[in-house]
Amino acid sequence: MAEENTGVSVPELGKTVEERPKWDNKVQYLLTCIGFAVGLGNVWRFPYLCQTYGGGAFLIPYFIALIFEGIPLLHMELAIGQRLRQGSIGVWNSISPFLGGVGIGSLIVSFLVALFYNTILAWVLWYFFHSFQDPLPWRDCPLNQNKTGYIEECAKSTPVNYFWYRETLNVTPNITDSGDVQWWVVICLASAWGIVYICFIRGIETIGKAVYITATFPYLVLTIFLIRALTLPGATEGLVYLFTPKVQVLKDPKVWLDAATQIFFSLSLAFGGLIAFSSYNPQKNDCERDAVIVGMINSATSIYASIPIFAILGFKATSNYNDCLDGNILSITNAFNIGDQNVTRENYDSWLKHLNTTHSQEIEDLHLKHCSIQEFLDQSASGTGLAFIVFTEAVIKMPGSQVWAVLFFVMLFSLGLSSMFGNLEGILTPLLDLHVVPKWLPKEAFTGLICLISFFFALIFTMGSGNYWLEIFNSYVGSLPLLIIAFFEIIGVVYIYGIGRFSDDIEWMTGRRPNLYWQLTWRVISPGMLLVVFLAYITVQVQQPATYEAWNPNYINFPMTETLDYPGWVFAICILLSSVPCIFIPIVALYRFIQWITRRVRQSQNHNPYDNHAYESELQ
Amino acid sequence: MLARVLLALSLVPALAQALCQPDGQDAYKVRLSIKTALGANAYEWNESEQFLFRATLAFAMRKYTGQETFNVSSVIVCDETPRVSFWFVVTNPNDTATLIPKNAVEEAIRLSRNRINSAFLLSDKTLQFLGIPPTLAPPSQPSLPVWLIVFGVVMGIVTTGILALIIIGFIQRKKKEKTIEDEDEEEKQERIMENGISCETLEGKDGVNNGAYSHDEDRLTQL
Repeated sequence: MAEENTGVSVPELGKTVEERPKWDNKVQYLLTCIGFAVGLGNVWRFPYLCQTYGGGAFLIPYFIALIFEGIPLLHMELAIGQRLRQGSIGVWNSISPFLGGVGIGSLIVSFLVALFYNTILAWVLWYFFHSFQDPLPWRDCPLNQNKTGYIEECAKSTPVNYFWYRETLNVTPNITDSGDVQWWVVICLASAWGIVYICFIRGIETIGKAVYITATFPYLVLTIFLIRALTLPGATEGLVYLFTPKVQVLKDPKVWLDAATQIFFSLSLAFGGLIAFSSYNPQKNDCERDAVIVGMINSATSIYASIPIFAILGFKATSNYNDCLDGNILSITNAFNIGDQNVTRENYDSWLKHLNTTHSQEIEDLHLKHCSIQEFLDQSASGTGLAFIVFTEAVIKMPGSQVWAVLFFVMLFSLGLSSMFGNLEGILTPLLDLHVVPKWLPKEAFTGLICLISFFFALIFTMGSGNYWLEIFNSYVGSLPLLIIAFFEIIGVVYIYGIGRFSDDIEWMTGRRPNLYWQLTWRVISPGMLLVVFLAYITVQVQQPATYEAWNPNYINFPMTETLDYPGWVFAICILLSSVPCIFIPIVALYRFIQWITRRVRQSQNHNPYDNHAYESELQ
Repeated sequence: MLARVLLALSLVPALAQALCQPDGQDAYKVRLSIKTALGANAYEWNESEQFLFRATLAFAMRKYTGQETFNVSSVIVCDETPRVSFWFVVTNPNDTATLIPKNAVEEAIRLSRNRINSAFLLSDKTLQFLGIPPTLAPPSQPSLPVWLIVFGVVMGIVTTGILALIIIGFIQRKKKEKTIEDEDEEEKQERIMENGISCETLEGKDGVNNGAYSHDEDRLTQL
């Protein structure tokens, strides 16, 4: 009977033991880790948080979270992967058989996240395909049936909203109405999975080459956007708005919670992907320096990305404000028959004051819109709303729209692609290490199988209600399970594997023993922070009603989105999505405990002194 | 006779004024935004421009009705403002006291809208006929949607790439298998005779308890 801990592997007669694949050079490894950590969230979540939570002041809780939570966890994951040279399941089995469920949890979370993340990339591809038209299709409303006016849904909202909700998603009014599978989203999804497959086909062999482009290209585009954005009118308003520190916001505990969760999810911890990547490293590698580099670059990228994003949002707000003013000016000019262009944006206020004193009744009858640039700046968005609604609207107003649209969507795609590599490696490496793959199946076929199965599951998101399901997956899978898994990870390494043993391992790998900062953060601060964040997160989630925003053209307040409650069965699925990855931790622990008990019982009953355990092997 | 002619002549403009009333039943309001459209190249709105307007409108009526009797004098303008907006009516050339009905004028303008706009270097938005909506230009639809073309290109590249990588991998694997088969018999023997227990597993562990040697003290008799 082979104990799984010893890992004895006798090579079969006549066959070679396959060498573990390895990175071509250190640069590939670092770029892959950076690419995994730097994803869509850096571009569309961080700037939004920065703006909502008091601009420059948000950087304080953000950096505190990075130093006391992000980098220690990152270092720990890279170190155990490098030392134990296995994927997430193998690593946690090695640390303690009772913790095997942590690895399984990581695997399941990686799979579920890969499903919806690639759907977002499919949408990005759809917009990319449409960016080669002149004019851009989201600039104008399409005409209605008898060509007398614009389609009603589009006229009531905006062309950008219409293109996103109707022509891209064809969204249904609520989640229970599934709608049909939209063929155009399916073929975009197929191309997204095709592109992912081509990079992922031989595991890190091909990923390592792909990241030279996918990890570096976004920085190039961000720089181009930065230069362009800073020359746009209104850019400075956006930047001032973003970075003006409002220090009193820091008194709100929600800010600290969001900073901690943002750091955590941004670094892609607990997916098992980082463990997989570092497991292909040579063991004598400075993982401490790698962790600090990856952590710092991730945060720096977030800050660097928010500058062009907010410059462009400032430009958009200024454009909207000017349009609003121009509308009012036209009303006044027409109503009072003042000469054309006599009322300009500059003297609008003095004209208005003058007319209010002389013809106040007529001014009131005009129902002039109240134009405030602050109001337009406050219309922030995050997530898909930022990319597909706000940013696309800004791009139309920029000269040379097609170029900027193409650049933007290619940047988003490559940001997402490099993160997908991490998710898929988090699935592939543990499965390869568990030897569930039959020997005759080539690696290309196995990766192809993973991509194909994921594609079929992801067809859920191509239905009419797909966007609502994606939001569910995003909030319930990509949040709570990761916190739980990370908590068990750090407790497992520090208290079960032993911090002394772990420090010895690191000293052996890097040549220096981890200093006081690492000891403090690993033993006390990081687990403490994780626990606090987890409890706070649960408290906040429980207090919020389980609702979602639906796009319903028949809603009274259309174009505002309708707030609907999740039906009971949908909410049950949400809970299931959060708990299934975590539930494997107690299940596996219980299973191993039962195994241990039965073995002890059998040992005490059956004592054969001639049983020499030193020669037991897997072959039996 | 002369006095009657003079009286008639002096009444004509007054009569014309009576025909052209703002908010009249057959009158249309026109609004021009020349500075908005042309910026620095804007021209002054004066009598000559007004003359051109009446002439183009007469042209539009001629084109619509096919009657070549409409003249500049058939179009009467009133209530001009500095905005550059005014009202106009079109009189029947055969009977100058009656007006051409509203919808006939509307159809005539719709027919020649483009010509009227270009005469003034303006567009539907900057030369407004209040009450006559501009005909919306249908968006240009190419025969094959552009996005499908781009999609086809991308998918083509992806498929060729996948096939290429699979074939290259297959060839490489075949080559590796051949080199293994060609190995000497001796080398194979060497590998089989190695002790199968991997050294790594014994390094970090406390060793394995050998049950055959643990209870010796109990079984040997005490000396």
